[in-house]
Amino acid sequence: MRITVRLFANFRMDRFKEEIREYPPTLTVGEIVSELGIPEPEVGIIFINGRNASLETSLGEGDTLSLFPLVGGG
Amino acid sequence: MPYSAQAEAADRYDLPLSAIEELSLTSGILPVRYKKNQKIFSIRQQLTLFKSTVAVIGCGGLGGYIIEELARLGIGRIIAIDPDVFEEHNLNRQILCTHELLGEKKVTGAVQRVAKINPAVRLQPISEEFNSNNGPEILDGADIAADALDSIPARLQLAGICEQLGIPLVHGAIAGWFGHVASQLPGEKTVQKIYAREGAEKGIETSMGNPSFTPAVIASIEVAEIVKILLGVGTPLRNSYLTVDLYHLEINKIPLKED
Repeated sequence: MRITVRLFANFRMDRFKEEIREYPPTLTVGEIVSELGIPEPEVGIIFINGRNASLETSLGEGDTLSLFPLVGGG
Repeated sequence: MPYSAQAEAADRYDLPLSAIEELSLTSGILPVRYKKNQKIFSIRQQLTLFKSTVAVIGCGGLGGYIIEELARLGIGRIIAIDPDVFEEHNLNRQILCTHELLGEKKVTGAVQRVAKINPAVRLQPISEEFNSNNGPEILDGADIAADALDSIPARLQLAGICEQLGIPLVHGAIAGWFGHVASQLPGEKTVQKIYAREGAEKGIETSMGNPSFTPAVIASIEVAEIVKILLGVGTPLRNSYLTVDLYHLEINKIPLKED
């Protein structure tokens, strides 16, 4: 299935800003995060088609996944 | 009214400078220091700012700039909360941190800085770690809270207490080239949505650190949000969060929809 992956902030460094990527069916956000080499603890807000999702959420054909890093410093 | 006249009146009538400033603004007389505010704030709005109390939780990178800007704006009362002392590695970004203050409490830095830039502002220093136990008492009487903390669990506790007390909260966080801001009025759960993942304590700031420019940018946006909420003007950043990426120079306002 085709998933549009949008990366923000440091996730974009050495990767990409937005790509349409091909994945096998029945995949979770966590599996894509792992495939991209992003450490799970760094993941903050996750959107699928603009709605809040989690690492366990499954994706479907044509979904847009947006990943933001967890930012907590002051 | 020039500062010298304010100081003279305070001396002559044995009143604190804060009382002279309030009397002056109430009488429609603008202290000279606010002359360049005059085109965007009326004297009545300047008085509203002076009669406001803002709690700043955290006096480090974000908190230092927030306190600086609130004092220059003429916010009448600032509650500054931080348990830490200044360390050498704070010098790269924390505006309240100077060589002279290394080893001193951060809230002492806030007191000294505010006294130097706007003596009419009352700054209440609280050298304690903010948590659910002391939070309600610390925030009592605050019109709004500014989140300048560096721990995700503490931020969530702050959001919960603000909700409980019905106080608006302006939230900001930073890491490396990146940061974000959100404003949350009572009843909204924006901060809880931003930090929805259970068990998270720190973010990418542990690997990216914090340079000088990111806290200044994020703190300034937080202060603009505080002013808009206190005055009821403009468009505060509600039910969404503003991500600021200074590396790719991209700013996004992201709506946080209901699940």
